[in-house]
Amino acid sequence: MKRAGFRNPWLPILLLVPQLSIIMVFFYWPAGWAIQSSFYLQDPFGFGSTFVGAENYTRLAESGEYRKVAWFTLIYTLLVTFLSLSLALLLAVKADKVIRGAKTYRTLLMWVYAVAPPVAGFLGLMFFDQSVGPLTDFFKLFGWDFQLGVGYTDTATAMVIVAVWKQIPVNFIFFLSGLQSIPRSVREAALIDNGSGTQRFWDITFPLLAPTAFFLLIINITYALFDTFGVIDTLVKGEPGNNPVTLVYKVFIDGFRGNDLGGSSAQSVVLMVLVLILTIFQFRLLERRIHYT
Amino acid sequence: MKLTHVMSASLVSGMLAVPAYAQTEITWWHAMGGQLGETVNQIATDFNASQSDYVITPVFKGTYEETLTAGIAAFRAGEQPNVMQVFDAGAATVIAAEGATIPVEALLTEFGSGFDSADYISGVRNFYADNDGTMIGMPFNSSTPIMYYNEDALAAAGVSAPTTWEEFQETTAPALVEAGYIPLAQSHLPWIFTENFYSRHNIQFATNDNGYGDGTTEILIDQPEIKAHFTALTEWIDQGYFQWYGTGWGDNQTPFEQAEVAMWLGSSGSFGGLQATAEFPFSATLLPYWEGITSEPTQTFIGGAALFAMSGKSDEENAATAAFFEYLTSPEVQYMWHRETGYVPVTEAAYALAASDGYYEEKPAAEVGIQQLQLPAGDFTRGYRMGFYVQIRDVMNREYGRILTGETSVDDGFAAIQEEANELLDRFARTQG
Repeated sequence: MKRAGFRNPWLPILLLVPQLSIIMVFFYWPAGWAIQSSFYLQDPFGFGSTFVGAENYTRLAESGEYRKVAWFTLIYTLLVTFLSLSLALLLAVKADKVIRGAKTYRTLLMWVYAVAPPVAGFLGLMFFDQSVGPLTDFFKLFGWDFQLGVGYTDTATAMVIVAVWKQIPVNFIFFLSGLQSIPRSVREAALIDNGSGTQRFWDITFPLLAPTAFFLLIINITYALFDTFGVIDTLVKGEPGNNPVTLVYKVFIDGFRGNDLGGSSAQSVVLMVLVLILTIFQFRLLERRIHYT
Repeated sequence: MKLTHVMSASLVSGMLAVPAYAQTEITWWHAMGGQLGETVNQIATDFNASQSDYVITPVFKGTYEETLTAGIAAFRAGEQPNVMQVFDAGAATVIAAEGATIPVEALLTEFGSGFDSADYISGVRNFYADNDGTMIGMPFNSSTPIMYYNEDALAAAGVSAPTTWEEFQETTAPALVEAGYIPLAQSHLPWIFTENFYSRHNIQFATNDNGYGDGTTEILIDQPEIKAHFTALTEWIDQGYFQWYGTGWGDNQTPFEQAEVAMWLGSSGSFGGLQATAEFPFSATLLPYWEGITSEPTQTFIGGAALFAMSGKSDEENAATAAFFEYLTSPEVQYMWHRETGYVPVTEAAYALAASDGYYEEKPAAEVGIQQLQLPAGDFTRGYRMGFYVQIRDVMNREYGRILTGETSVDDGFAAIQEEANELLDRFARTQG
């Protein structure tokens, strides 16, 4: 068989240039800068910088505060991922069964998808307002003196609720299309074998949804880690104070609010490594065990 | 058809707007949103109309922190504005960066009609000045923390506004609780209950002359006086004398505006806004002090922000900036700014104009801030100069929040602030090395 190929060896390179240059300019170049400046202590105005070796990193490792932020980020990510995936799955399974008015119902569930994170944050601010927030009043019914921006747990709860609410529609869309792509014949065969709906779901439907679920798992982890920035920034009203913050928000606070470029760069390098690990985990460990149809 | 019509119309009007002679255009980055932003735009429009050589364009850049960061980033890219507004906590960063700004004294001496710091009211002169007293930044929206009180609430409780914290906890607060009010709230713990707490009691805030000297600076925050104050605050919360609504400014101001809180510590610059929002008679008085700490309370220093002339601009543009600064500090403009916003007038002449106009007879509360800035000075009342101070304030806010919500103890909280703040000061010192 004849192999198709380029006659001119420069042509493929030429065709790759647009893509590569975009990656260079928007990813490798800033990433390189971040790595470089993480080894320096810089004057905010850029008049001078001193090489400090790994100090910016050792400082993070020794900081109890940074550990606290990392812990919060971990718990926050787990909660947001778990809740938004499970609630979306529940809604998708139920919506899949709806026959009358199915389209309207689904559209209503997807609506929130169009809301931008800061807007979601603002809606959260209104719902959790200290004096007139309906959800604040709701919590008070149960004797919970909920105060956004005062209690650490209260603010964290609001952050999780808003972030989950914002993410459910995305997961819902994917789960629903995943459910609808399961062949009818498989479902009917299962129906004959087993009368229990719950058991059919876990034995047949869920494994067949695995590729979708896995893809969403990665998407949701990165969402909770990075994209909830807008929600957090709005809910804390730009004042970190004693509020819970995530690692990405701390990069912003130290770098863009505190003007400590070296320290902030070191933190962003730590995040880059985290993303790298997540990617390796995605490709090496899990993708092999999940069978795409 | 219609579109070309509109386009040609706008083109013509655009051409008409361009004057025949060359004007020098300068830009002004500021952090004044909402009603304050309107007043800033008014000042710029009035300045442009007052003469024909210069045109200033004000640009709103977000919060104080965002404006500072945007200005620094622009400077690094060589795209800095002519005038940048920098808030109190960011002043050290800008003043330490010699060569980034032109000191206002030098600017006005070279391009304007001279400069005399004695024209400025005391309490305003030093905060944006270097160690020799040379003014680097031009004080713009200057404010100081004062105590507002709901006159109805105090009358209902049968008390007057307290002058000392002892009086507050023994007399005022119990009576206000009895009358159904939350006695006290405040809007900025680092500014009101830390920086100005030190100044009001004339206590040293940092080594090295509060940071103004040339040596290394260490913060002095793990100190008995302020710790006693925060211990009192936690007790007041338990007794219902004081309520903390979080780090956000507005969350603490709202309950006062809704007449739930009887007394609120805020900025003298809040006066303009309160006049529009408060539906009850209110007035203001000096920040209380602890008689147990001092019998001779001293002045506070200005907060708010200053305008800095950025370097790297042509002589023509610098002359325009100087002309704008002179316009801005003229008594009439200062008086207008004072009246519209509640910020204090920065010059003696403007203060005299406001007084002779009878403004303070009509609105006595508007004078409280200036009176407090003119109280007797002490060794440690001119302010502080500490780098990475925005981060230090964040550390304070974090630990104070933990103290007031019972997450940590006063001792542990203050020890943590001391340690982290000094580490930040050390880092900042090394960036300047």
